[in-house]
Amino acid sequence: MATDTKHCECCGLSENEMFSLLEKTIGDYEAKESNLIQILHMAQAIFGYLPDEVLKFISEKMNLPMSKVSGVVSFYSLFSTQPKGKHTIKVCLGTACYVRGGSKIVDKIKELLDIEVGETTEDMNFSLEVMRCIGACGLAPAIAIDDTVFKRVNPNKLRQILAQYE
Amino acid sequence: MVNLTINGKAVTVEKGTTILEAAKKLNIYIPTLCYLEEVHKIGSCRICVAEVEGAKTLQATCVTPVSEGMVVKTNTARVREARKIMYELVLSDHPKDCLSCGRNQNCELQKIGEIIQADESSFEGEKSKEFVDDSSPSVVRDSAKCILCRRCVTVCNEIQGVGILNTQERGFKASINAGSDILLGNAACTNCGQCTVVCPVNALHEKDSTQDVWAALADPSKTVVVQTAPAIRAALGEEFGYPAGTLVTGQMATALRDMGFDYVFDTNFTADLTIIEEGTEFLNRIVEMMYQKGVITAEKVKELGMHIGVNATFPMITSCSPGWIKYIEHYYAGQLDNVSSCKSPHMMLGALAKSYFANNIDVDPKDMYVVSIMPCTAKKYEITRPEMVNNGVKNVDAVLTTRELAKMIKEAGIEFAELEDGGFDNPLGISTGAADIFGTTGGVMEAALRTVYEIVTGRELPFEGLHVTPIVGLDRIKTAAITIEDAREEWSFLNGVTVNIAVTSGLVGAGILLEEIKKGESPYLFIEVMGCPGGCINGGGQPRPKEANTREKRMKALYREDEGKILRKSHENPDITKIYKDFLGKPLGHVSHELLHTTYTTRSKY
Repeated sequence: MATDTKHCECCGLSENEMFSLLEKTIGDYEAKESNLIQILHMAQAIFGYLPDEVLKFISEKMNLPMSKVSGVVSFYSLFSTQPKGKHTIKVCLGTACYVRGGSKIVDKIKELLDIEVGETTEDMNFSLEVMRCIGACGLAPAIAIDDTVFKRVNPNKLRQILAQYE
Repeated sequence: MVNLTINGKAVTVEKGTTILEAAKKLNIYIPTLCYLEEVHKIGSCRICVAEVEGAKTLQATCVTPVSEGMVVKTNTARVREARKIMYELVLSDHPKDCLSCGRNQNCELQKIGEIIQADESSFEGEKSKEFVDDSSPSVVRDSAKCILCRRCVTVCNEIQGVGILNTQERGFKASINAGSDILLGNAACTNCGQCTVVCPVNALHEKDSTQDVWAALADPSKTVVVQTAPAIRAALGEEFGYPAGTLVTGQMATALRDMGFDYVFDTNFTADLTIIEEGTEFLNRIVEMMYQKGVITAEKVKELGMHIGVNATFPMITSCSPGWIKYIEHYYAGQLDNVSSCKSPHMMLGALAKSYFANNIDVDPKDMYVVSIMPCTAKKYEITRPEMVNNGVKNVDAVLTTRELAKMIKEAGIEFAELEDGGFDNPLGISTGAADIFGTTGGVMEAALRTVYEIVTGRELPFEGLHVTPIVGLDRIKTAAITIEDAREEWSFLNGVTVNIAVTSGLVGAGILLEEIKKGESPYLFIEVMGCPGGCINGGGQPRPKEANTREKRMKALYREDEGKILRKSHENPDITKIYKDFLGKPLGHVSHELLHTTYTTRSKY
């Protein structure tokens, strides 16, 4: 069960506080199965990701089988069961970005950070995701780091861009 | 009523009927794959599509209800082409190792392939990752074989209410499992095996024990003992082409002897024994309750041959079904005191074979190998429980399902239909009609009442043909009330007491009754629970039904077997009397306690 040692990075809640917030959220949604996706969204907002212990907690409080909860989590790519880094890099692979070398950008970032898509660096600084599309086709190839969009990215400039977030 | 035509033939059916059901009335066959009558219809495989006049696209007939004036065509070129493409797409991600597959010649995908006349190599591409989960002692899951029909998801979630199997991931990566990388052997799975009955292919099947049994039969140093559960005799014939509900007790005994088993015993014997032990346990709980209430004195308890200070938790619940036991251990561990401490009948027989009988024939129990033929996959798990060991030897060494036994009989080259009737060996082979009905929902309760009522009142159970009609049948929860009047003198303190009983089969029903108990609202004194819907006749190890109403037919067969016997009450079994005299002493006595009773374990839900 939850211990009070870990703290949430973003808002400073202790793990116990995060679980009570989740319990309250489930209560607000009346623990209804039809609200499961909404509850999972809130859980991910509270914890940053959806580890097994959070899924078990939801399964217990909503009286749903664990396999059902994890089925929904694994169905939607928006849900993550892996912890997210401090910064999230999203590389656009929409048509415009793709034809202008988006996949080369993905390869270069993988090489620089030594992680695969969907993973987080060991120092928990970066998570890497791909998406299509971020609506900046005129700026292709584009990437976004957190809320900042970088336009016409040259793979050779990536090291410099990432250095700003070290 | 609704009028429509299918392939030019007119038919009138009730509102709400599907096209598929209406076609059946006209003897028009529409191939189906994911659909399973009365269990599962989601229209996901699209094999059953047909043309409906006015509709733009082809309709899945298993889920499309009929409407007035509907014109349906099930065999046009467009339909046949679509069906073929759907089928070939399923095949494109299915291993083509049919000849070495456990379901060869008994596979629904193969069977409809014959009808669809598909071109095997139309679509070739990437295959789903092969992963065989054999971590469970009962059920094996082979993900490469899975065609994602989701029948198992429906039985596991909606019929059993357990929910271990669900769809994970999506698209090409989709697979059916417990989620979060949990293997079946570590999941809160009850091992009921209902998923293995409905799986159309070999993606879910029982863990094979036939090789272990062949090895034991070939080992000259082993005395190999076999026992058969009541439900086997009412279903085994189906594997040899007999109609559902055919009793094959005699042929089964002969086949087992021909296979080389040294002794052929009947689990029915220990079903009778269970009634004596469990019936006494129930009476002792009642006596303890009356003592605690001050209705009777300690001397009176002693006079009745009962004990003081025993567990008097009510309602008492039966313990014959190991899938049910694992369910309560995982999901309602707080209610474990309600469960009878009796081992299941085949575990009792194993324990007696390796003590009483081994001693009789002068065989070292270590050289005895006990095989149980069971309608059940959970029994494969049950024999691995650490409690099921006495004097350093396992009570039972291997469990074969009805399906596995049929395979072995065929492999042994035995022409089942040609066999003469044989009988069971003694002393663990005689049984009464009460034991036969252990295989069906309501049977254990009826058998117990036949004995307990007679002990208390000295009279036969007041029901026609000894059948407690309110608890016979396939309803989810059945109840009855019996009020004690004119009890024997020593039991006269029970006059006026009403015994409320409930019977359920399938774990959804068990969950409902346990919730009542948890809330302190249960009106019952005695509950029978069987893990599978309908009881052992429909167990996870039984033949996959080939005809409608298979459960009813098997159930009726067991009642027929019961009615055909002269002895129909467990306490009338002469060998039961003898075994108490020669070996066990008395019900709930020291030897019984050691060999025939057990304990339970609290388990996690995750």
